[in-house]
Amino acid sequence: MGDLVIISRERIPTAMNRISCATALAVAVVAVSGPAARADAPMSLFSAFSDKARSILNLNYALLAVCVIVIAVIGVLIGTGLARPRLRFQGGGAGVWPVSRPPGGLRWIYFGLALTALTLLGSLVWSMAVIAHVAAPRTTPALTIDVTGHQWWWEARYAATIQSRQFTTANEIHIPVGLPVHLRLKSADVIHSFWVPALSGKTDLIPGQVNETWIEAGEPGAYRGQCAEYCGLQHAHMAFSVIADPPGAFNAWWDAQLRPSPPPTDGPAVVGQQAFVRRCGACHAVLGTMAGGIYGPDLTHLARRTSLAAGTLPNTPGHLAAWIADPQGPKPGNKMPPLALSGPELVSIQAYLATLQ
Amino acid sequence: MVTVADYSRVPEVTPADYGSPLAERLETLWETKPGLIGWFGTVDHKEIGLRYLVTSFAFLILGGIEAAVMRLQLSWHDQTVLTPTQYNELFSMHGVTMIFLYAMPVLSGFSNYLWPLILGSRDMALPRLNAFSYWLYLFSGLFLYAGFIIGAGPNDGWFNYVPYASKPYNPGLNQDFYALGFILFGLSQTVGGINFMVTALRTRAPGMSINRFPMMIWGTLTASAGNLLAIPSVSLAFFMLWTDRQLGTHFYNAPEGGQPLLWQHLFWMFGHPWVYAIVLPAMSMVSDALPVFCRRPLVAQTAVALATVVTMIIGFGVWVHHMFATGLPNLSMSFFNAASLIIVVPSAISVFAWIATIRTGRFVLCTASLFFASFIFLFVIGGVSGFLTAAIPVDWQVTDTYFVVGHIHYVLIGINLFAVMGGIYFWFPKMTGHMLNERLGRWNFWLMFAGFNLGFFPMHIAGLLGMPRRIYTFPDGVGWNIVNLITTLGAYLFAIGFVVLLANVLLSRKHGAVAGPNPWDAAGLEWSVPSPPPPYNFVVIPTVSSRHPLWEDRLRETEGHSSIHEGAVLDADKETLGVSTMDAIPDVILKMPHDSVMPFVLALCITGVFVGLLLLSLVAIGTSLVLGLVAALVWLWPRAELGQRTEAVP
Repeated sequence: MGDLVIISRERIPTAMNRISCATALAVAVVAVSGPAARADAPMSLFSAFSDKARSILNLNYALLAVCVIVIAVIGVLIGTGLARPRLRFQGGGAGVWPVSRPPGGLRWIYFGLALTALTLLGSLVWSMAVIAHVAAPRTTPALTIDVTGHQWWWEARYAATIQSRQFTTANEIHIPVGLPVHLRLKSADVIHSFWVPALSGKTDLIPGQVNETWIEAGEPGAYRGQCAEYCGLQHAHMAFSVIADPPGAFNAWWDAQLRPSPPPTDGPAVVGQQAFVRRCGACHAVLGTMAGGIYGPDLTHLARRTSLAAGTLPNTPGHLAAWIADPQGPKPGNKMPPLALSGPELVSIQAYLATLQ
Repeated sequence: MVTVADYSRVPEVTPADYGSPLAERLETLWETKPGLIGWFGTVDHKEIGLRYLVTSFAFLILGGIEAAVMRLQLSWHDQTVLTPTQYNELFSMHGVTMIFLYAMPVLSGFSNYLWPLILGSRDMALPRLNAFSYWLYLFSGLFLYAGFIIGAGPNDGWFNYVPYASKPYNPGLNQDFYALGFILFGLSQTVGGINFMVTALRTRAPGMSINRFPMMIWGTLTASAGNLLAIPSVSLAFFMLWTDRQLGTHFYNAPEGGQPLLWQHLFWMFGHPWVYAIVLPAMSMVSDALPVFCRRPLVAQTAVALATVVTMIIGFGVWVHHMFATGLPNLSMSFFNAASLIIVVPSAISVFAWIATIRTGRFVLCTASLFFASFIFLFVIGGVSGFLTAAIPVDWQVTDTYFVVGHIHYVLIGINLFAVMGGIYFWFPKMTGHMLNERLGRWNFWLMFAGFNLGFFPMHIAGLLGMPRRIYTFPDGVGWNIVNLITTLGAYLFAIGFVVLLANVLLSRKHGAVAGPNPWDAAGLEWSVPSPPPPYNFVVIPTVSSRHPLWEDRLRETEGHSSIHEGAVLDADKETLGVSTMDAIPDVILKMPHDSVMPFVLALCITGVFVGLLLLSLVAIGTSLVLGLVAALVWLWPRAELGQRTEAVP
């Protein structure tokens, strides 16, 4: 019942070859298009804007190249192996087919292992070198920021030796361009992970301990970051920005952060401030008012920020109103309760928040 | 009054075939009685093996449906197919289902069915324990899904990091279902692992010495030993989580001096060996089956066997590579970087052995061999992406992104599922007596292969574009739309390919071409018995004198001859031979237990204890414990007819 058909050598590349070519191509395309595509791929690992990220990226490129080469070579070896003169199965039975032990198999293993071991050694040495290079900045950071992860937003406290120079903000972390910044990472609840791909890899924020890392931006700009450790319902909406300012602008920003916003003068905003303190002040703080809550983000200079709710919505009047009216809509499960504000309350609170420059 | 003398007996050695009166006698002794009692009481390893396979495939389908729904949610930015609560339970249940309820049990299914057949024995060493292990597995799966169905399924991923899994952040029953369900599942795996180890070391054909083990024995034996060492760590971790949640202990509770990272260490000390436990038996299936389609023995089988064991040993020393971002000191982490690279070496041995086997042999093209060959290719993709993440600085960037999601799917689908698919096409004829349809098989293979690569390769790209994992949605403008759409399309293509398998199995089970005992002209002992095998497996116990009993006449590499159709007659009761560990010299006739419903009852009672713990009901716990004790007593009550002190002379 067995039948034996020997098929002649095939020249057509097998599907596996094609897949491995596609693999190489795909990685190449991403690698090439990456750096240029920062605006539409703000989290891409291929756009490094710090020495730290660049040194990791170089290693990443090398290892990706190794991966692509290995996949391609193995794909070709398997593909051409299948295309050698072969047998086709057409029903079978015991003892009908040839069996033999052709020599030469071990050579593959010796050769393969030697290459593998060299590659692994190279990778290890390079890895260790990068770790040593990025472990600490070349100059001691002058600035320390305490970053605390909350479900689901980021608190940033700027530490300064003079207590009156300290302040707290949220979700948008400004740093001076070209200077290393020391970060102390803490968590108020569960584990989060601090990650700004363009500047640095991840470091977890773990309750009960303080993790330390540092970042530095080589060019001015806003760099998107996002929580990278699963932290519950709204892990998906826990983004932030690191904004690198030229040193002068950075110092001006710091000074502005230390000052409360000017008190509102026009009618709705004045009413709104009272409503805000009454309805929102238990959780949120605004410098210079009775609102001193610590459970939600500090809103002292809310109107200067570009986004709301940890990168969930752009900071426009429409989105702000929608957010206050129904915080559970765009970010279901977040800790801000529905406030059931009346229409006039909503309008006045929004008018007040718009004054928090 | 029974004396030792009543058992003293030298078994007769005669030729016999499967139509002889001896075979009829054995059939009566070994067959499972019809009816419900028989169904719940069977201890036949083939029946239990098939149950493992069917159950694990049922879970695979459930996990697949969960994935299909998630892929709709993630097909484009800001989709609202699922709420975050639903998504989090789905992705957690998907992971738990695939990694625990599918990946290991499906391999246990193959091993349960095949081990006694490839070892030349009549059953697993501990048949009732075997049934017990299966029932515990089934009940643990039902326990976990009971939580899921009432909306209290695990919601913190399969990795279940604290403190999100702790009561203040997760007050529902979700984590209690997971903690207790997992401990129950761990019991089943522990019991099963013990059974595999005793079987490999004790119940084999004479001459099946340790150097003649087929690779599948090495794979499952290694995985079982690994599980016995790894599972206690995570069972303890889950138990401490449960006491933190319900009894107010503070193992993981940072404000009271507990340590959240303790969970991660305990979990990954288990988790990484587990990943090897769910791929090594699959790799070993390929090591046994692929050479059949290359018409030659596996290249460097000894090295591949050693590589299997070494992988598991090193596998216990790499767990911290899951924790490179947790702020551990760079120096300590460097050792784990090195260990994670060293573990590539044994894998490379296997890969080059398979490639050398293909290239120096004569390849037989069919669905099974296509799955095995593509398995090597996917293994390498899953392997090199692991090599990339072993480098600590690169891992700081790619960890917890879709790059790792792509990696884990190439490992679990590429190395586990593709090997299993090939294994089904290869061993289905043995299990049913019918061949799977080859034309449908090709559709099956190409749809799954194309769908898998189309769907899961772009996950690596998504990761390199910075997409974090475990997010229920993503915004527009971050460049993740297209890759996710492609992934969704590929995943659905892959699912269609899988449906073709189900159709093929249903069609061919009764109507496929008749297989005969050895349709592939393969080398192992399992191909010397009829398809499907009779309940007693071997009419006489064979004697083995080489690694390839059915090929040795053609390979002409050993002096002796395996004796397949002539051997010890064991028909006084349910009997098989016990042999010495290293050299497989027979030293005892083992009396095998008859069917019993007690394993089922005991498993039910233990599950009752866990339901009691879940509900914090002392009545339920107490009742289940007492009933379970009674069941154990009935199960283990000493019986004279099981006395077994007989020296056997081959």
